[in-house]
Amino acid sequence: MDVLIIGLLLGGTYALMAMGLQLQYGVARIMNLASGETLVCGAFAAVWLFTAYKLGPLLALVGIVPLAFVANWAIYRFMMLPLVRRAKSQGQLEVDAILATFGLSFVAIGVLLAMFGGEFLAYSYLAEPFRIFGQPYALNRIAAFLCSAALCAGLYVWLHHTRAGLTLRAVSVNPSAAGLVGINVMRTSALAFALGGAVSASGGALLSMYLTFDASLGVIFTLKALVIVIMGGVGDIRGAIVASFILGLTETAVATYIDPGLTLAAAYILFIVILLVRPEGLFGRRPS
Amino acid sequence: MSGGGDHHTVSFVQTVRAALVLSRREQVSLLAVALIFGAAALLPVFNTGYWLSIGVSIAMFTVLATSWTLFSGPTNYIALSTAAFFGIGMYIVGGGLPYLPFPALVAVAAITGALFAAVVGLATLRISGVYFVIFTLGLAELVRQVVAWAQHVMGTSSGLYVLIGMSDQAMYWLLLGVAALVYLVGWFIGRSRLGFALRIIGNDEVVAVHSGINTARAKVVLFVISSSFAAVTGALVAPRWSYVEPSIAFSPFLSFEVVIMALLGGVHRLWGPLVGVIPFTLLWEFISAKFPAQTTLLLGACFLLIVYFIPRGVVGLIEDTVRQLRRRKSDNG
Repeated sequence: MDVLIIGLLLGGTYALMAMGLQLQYGVARIMNLASGETLVCGAFAAVWLFTAYKLGPLLALVGIVPLAFVANWAIYRFMMLPLVRRAKSQGQLEVDAILATFGLSFVAIGVLLAMFGGEFLAYSYLAEPFRIFGQPYALNRIAAFLCSAALCAGLYVWLHHTRAGLTLRAVSVNPSAAGLVGINVMRTSALAFALGGAVSASGGALLSMYLTFDASLGVIFTLKALVIVIMGGVGDIRGAIVASFILGLTETAVATYIDPGLTLAAAYILFIVILLVRPEGLFGRRPS
Repeated sequence: MSGGGDHHTVSFVQTVRAALVLSRREQVSLLAVALIFGAAALLPVFNTGYWLSIGVSIAMFTVLATSWTLFSGPTNYIALSTAAFFGIGMYIVGGGLPYLPFPALVAVAAITGALFAAVVGLATLRISGVYFVIFTLGLAELVRQVVAWAQHVMGTSSGLYVLIGMSDQAMYWLLLGVAALVYLVGWFIGRSRLGFALRIIGNDEVVAVHSGINTARAKVVLFVISSSFAAVTGALVAPRWSYVEPSIAFSPFLSFEVVIMALLGGVHRLWGPLVGVIPFTLLWEFISAKFPAQTTLLLGACFLLIVYFIPRGVVGLIEDTVRQLRRRKSDNG
């Protein structure tokens, strides 16, 4: 029961991080290997705002989200767009984007190290028990889950019930066809990339309420987000949410019953199962 | 490329024979390479201190970057897993020394690395796309976690002592020997059907499949060779750190440095990575001495500069310049 609830709470927060990458990879077609670093930046910003200004992480989101949006828009505009223009083919773009974001992730780690040093950072916020079915759970986990669920729901409604969301989904399905019906693909991609970064960073700020972070953890979160996106099916929001819960549950089960140090192994096991059984993802379509 | 066992051995023998027929030009370049290796082997005669230790680093990265290029160069599948295999090799030596002699452990490392690479390759390389890159991204971290867990279960400490007296000189010659082997293997693959298949895969995988190439097999074979060399390198240099611990063996920087050096040199020529390894090792020696706190940042910045400004590496730059000069000459003449 414990495992189930803690796993679901964790999965709910992972959903946010996965949606961020989903937007960046599914719509903007940039495989962002620095996605985990964006998340860690969000987490560090939340820690810093809390320890320096006593600002709660939920309030800090108001500042972190726009900042991450602008920063990621700039990354797309000034670093990814030249690669998009230079690439002769989709494959070439994929390789270039992977290399560039891989380099970017090390720059981000370097900046974080220079600003905050190399130790683990954490703070105590809403660390009081909350009872579900008579069992106590940390309130911060529940708050993070609810906030993440609200953001995911908002994003879902925005994607499916507004014109801007429709253009994003159109580019996700087929960029060249979207261009033919008068959608500005470059601008939509930039929007999706920036939004994805903002969502990832907010995921980091929420996770920082109950996880400890250090500057080098980004790669683990990048990998988890990628596994979720692949498991759910690229470009599929429902799939990403279901996959987030599966990963959250598996990870919590592994941490509880085997060893807390093996969480990445849990992600890899899911990854291998997906690759062997259903490489197009739970809800993905097989390429024709 | 499929067929019975007999057919296979015959075609293999034919390939070997065909590959051993050398043109005049190839004989000359082979001789030149042998001379360069001979000259490099003389380094310990002149200096056994600082420069020899840099020589060891250069030889190590030459093996790692060149073997990385064997697979990632022609196929464009970026492998970010060098540290995983390097660490496996290191830990096999660290953990196995009480039971087996050092040379046997190096062989064990080669086989373990190859088997592990085969598993990873079979899971990810049968499908095209970015799955492989993603899988390799966290691989070093995964192996580190599993090793730490296994040590925890067995009740051993996380660090291991590698106390065998191996001089820098011996290590340098060993690595140089492995480098020569990498070049030989790479040169041989480049001339074989396998190398041809890989270049087609790199250009267009769909075309490769349609022309009857077993793309999965070609990719897995090359990834296995490449990773096995990384494991051997890890095993060989383990005595350099008399105390092996996870942060050294599975350092994510290692994978990153190898990719940087290979890209800086150029990945479409066998000798390309060497052109990147030598200046970068020297630069890195300088940077880590002068700015020890900013190494990560500077490493990332260097990498971005290379990706954006010299995407085809120094070798590509040289080739482009030479081609332009020739064209200008022929225009004038």
